[in-house]
Amino acid sequence: MAEPLLELRSLRKAYGALAVTDDVSLSIRPGELHAIIGPNGAGKTTLIHQISGMLPSDSGQILFDGENVTHLSMPQRVRRGLARSFQITSILPGFSALENVALAVQARHGSSFRFFGNAAQEQALNEPAMQHLNTVGLGGRASIPAGLLSHGEKRQLELAIALATEPKLLLLDEPLAGTGHEESLRVVETLRRLKGRITIVLIEHDMDAVFSLADRVSVVVYGRVIATDTPESVRANEDVRTAYLGEEETV
Amino acid sequence: MTATLLLIQTLNGLQFGLILFLIAAGLTLVFGVMDFINLAHGVQYMIGAYLIAAFSAWTGSFGWGLVLALPTALAFGLLLEVLIFRHLYERDHLDQVLATFGVILFLNQGVKFVWGAAPLSVPVPEILSGSVEIADGLLYPVYRLAIIAAGLLVAALLYVLVNYTRVGMLVRAGATNPQMVSALGVNIKRLFMIVFGFGAMLAGFAGAMVAPILSVQPGMGDNILILAFVVIVIGGIGSIRGAFLAALLIGLVDTIGRSFAPNLLRLVLDPSAASQTGRAIAPMLIYIFMAAVLFFRPSGLFPVKR
Amino acid sequence: MTELTGTQTAPAPSSGMRIDIIPIILFAAFAAAPLLASASGAEGYVLSLLTRVMIFGLAAMSLDLILGYGALVSFGHAAFLGIGAYAVGILASHGVEDALIQIPVALAASALFALATGAISLRTKGVYFIMITLAFAQMLFFLATSLGPYGGDDGMTLPTRSLVAGAGFLENDYAFYAATLLCLIGAYLLSRAIVTSRFGRVLRGTKENAVRMEAIGFQPFRFQLAAYVVSGMIAGLAGCLMANQAEFISPAFMTWQRSGELIFMVVLGGLGSLHGAIIGAAAFLLLEEFLPEMLHAASFFLNDDVRWRLTENWQMAFGPILILIVLFARGGIMGVLRRGSHG
Repeated sequence: MAEPLLELRSLRKAYGALAVTDDVSLSIRPGELHAIIGPNGAGKTTLIHQISGMLPSDSGQILFDGENVTHLSMPQRVRRGLARSFQITSILPGFSALENVALAVQARHGSSFRFFGNAAQEQALNEPAMQHLNTVGLGGRASIPAGLLSHGEKRQLELAIALATEPKLLLLDEPLAGTGHEESLRVVETLRRLKGRITIVLIEHDMDAVFSLADRVSVVVYGRVIATDTPESVRANEDVRTAYLGEEETV
Repeated sequence: MTATLLLIQTLNGLQFGLILFLIAAGLTLVFGVMDFINLAHGVQYMIGAYLIAAFSAWTGSFGWGLVLALPTALAFGLLLEVLIFRHLYERDHLDQVLATFGVILFLNQGVKFVWGAAPLSVPVPEILSGSVEIADGLLYPVYRLAIIAAGLLVAALLYVLVNYTRVGMLVRAGATNPQMVSALGVNIKRLFMIVFGFGAMLAGFAGAMVAPILSVQPGMGDNILILAFVVIVIGGIGSIRGAFLAALLIGLVDTIGRSFAPNLLRLVLDPSAASQTGRAIAPMLIYIFMAAVLFFRPSGLFPVKR
Repeated sequence: MTELTGTQTAPAPSSGMRIDIIPIILFAAFAAAPLLASASGAEGYVLSLLTRVMIFGLAAMSLDLILGYGALVSFGHAAFLGIGAYAVGILASHGVEDALIQIPVALAASALFALATGAISLRTKGVYFIMITLAFAQMLFFLATSLGPYGGDDGMTLPTRSLVAGAGFLENDYAFYAATLLCLIGAYLLSRAIVTSRFGRVLRGTKENAVRMEAIGFQPFRFQLAAYVVSGMIAGLAGCLMANQAEFISPAFMTWQRSGELIFMVVLGGLGSLHGAIIGAAAFLLLEEFLPEMLHAASFFLNDDVRWRLTENWQMAFGPILILIVLFARGGIMGVLRRGSHG
């Protein structure tokens, strides 16, 4: 089996006595789409924050691409190819959709300590940015200020921005949250196209999407990983049913 | 000689620190609970001094003057809150800085308009005049000791209020998590008003207490406001305990630094250079101190957990 | 690969190419003013007032670079005016009177101060940043008051305006006016280039959403610090000019009220447009110049004593104006102009 691209070893984050994530160990293989599911408040978003470097971990290790990144800052991790999207849409509302993505291209390529030349006119930045917008299906909305896009379009823009950093691994925090039916289909379609090209860790509540996309699924309950397996096996797993799926069904 | 000087300067520093605390306490609470940066807090101190000057002249007694000045300072603070400040809570810090800067400009000139530009003086109250011998042959003014006592008393009172009353509990909770407090169904607007009025009164009280030993003049609140900011930044915004310790530290560092920096430097420099450099460094000491604290602890010594 | 929507190519951005008419009018007016001044009969007064306007415009614009484009509320920007002014004054008192030495020294000193204080200040956020910049400026203010050999509290008079390569032509008010205008236009073009450049785009991005910028791999600190240094240097240049105009330097150049006034100017003109800051500075200084007369005229119905005291304390009117602008006139003068041009 190939070396894992991302490996979590006994990660833990606690607020006072409350452990939000506890002894989380996971291996993400290169190229797979790995979904993390679990009830609300299970600690999934906290886990993403820890992996991306937004929150420091209390203990444990994060290995990315063979390197220990536990103590690196978020920008440093991004530069190594670890990108993320946010559950609550986080874009630059005053910038056009194109500029949002072009900034990410700029972050990846070349110096940003250039004090002259109109950045908005640089084809070297705009062309790749446009490609990423096309990938998520936002090509026609490139010049619209990001703040004026619909909610679903903002989710797609988030994805394009993350792609523009040319990640080896993409952490997606509920990319379907709050999107309409049409939009969610479009995002699922985009993810299907990305699958295999980029390693993806996906947190999502939409079980249809998860089970149709994921290669493997991990179930997190109360901050702990209780199972990691193929979608079929996870669906059949008794513990998971009682701890999570069963709960959902009875609600 | 140096020992007695040190004792006197320590008392002066303590007194200055306690005055700073009275101002910083309101500032840090207002900031901690409401996330509101109030530059106009210094003018509350100035208003307190002017009020005691006016009322003690009118009644002929410092005590009665104080009795009248405190509620007036409170009322004035509440008036500003209702007229201006409450419209700024939702705004960003830049707007708050600007609007409260406007209040300073207005009131600094306003007191000139009412009382004239010349400094006013307030006589030291009869029973607190004179000096006592605090060590062999060392006299210290009673009134300054009274300021220290009053400052400590208010600090103790504040400690009890914040730690053992319902309002105090809400204030502490509010400093940590304002959303939660309003979610609990507390009338946050009224809580803000209480905190604000109380802070204004404390600053006014500080102004009234120092009026007999300083000259009461326009702009007297400006520099002390900045020191109060230094205090709350060092102490950690929203922390009363931090404000108390930082205020005492600043009071002592500033007062003792000013009289001893030249002497200390004489150890390494020749006398004229030492007194030259000493006088240059002394007023900068507290800012250097603040920069050092923030370099190592960007949210102050006692950051309020959020 | 099939796309759900047709593949688009990058559109040519429309913004950025459009040339703004307001700065052109503004600088043309400054360039034409000396001609009118000589016709007015009070040329000395008009020239000196307008030179002052341009110098403060330069300082306010430098603040707008970090405040309007980087959301860094520096409440200590007057410190840089002081550094520039004292660099000129201190060098002059040691016989170094040439601007070709004075200005580079002033810029280097400003950059150094900005680098040192910025590195500490930018570790903090929000209100801490406001207060720390304020405190550093206070520190410098007190340092200046204790500089006995250079006048201490009282400040000191410059023996002469700066020479340029040994020539004393800045003594001429018209020449000084032209030099100031050149500095202003130069700094404006530089700032304009910076805000549209790659660097400027990152700075603007940090202002809108710092977390997002980190999530795409930028470290906001480095960009903010660089902007802070550039801004400090431009303000330092304004300080050099200020010392030369007054032929006098004093700690009063860097009081914290002065820093507050600079913020006032930027907001009055409108944040984040560069020329708005210059317009704000002009409005502020002209208001300061003519407010006493305006108040005197407007208070005709009051008795003489009250009227006199009102005129005497004309600055009282500044406070309410400021508060009203904050509460009701968002976007400042530029905001009003923009709204006006959109119908």
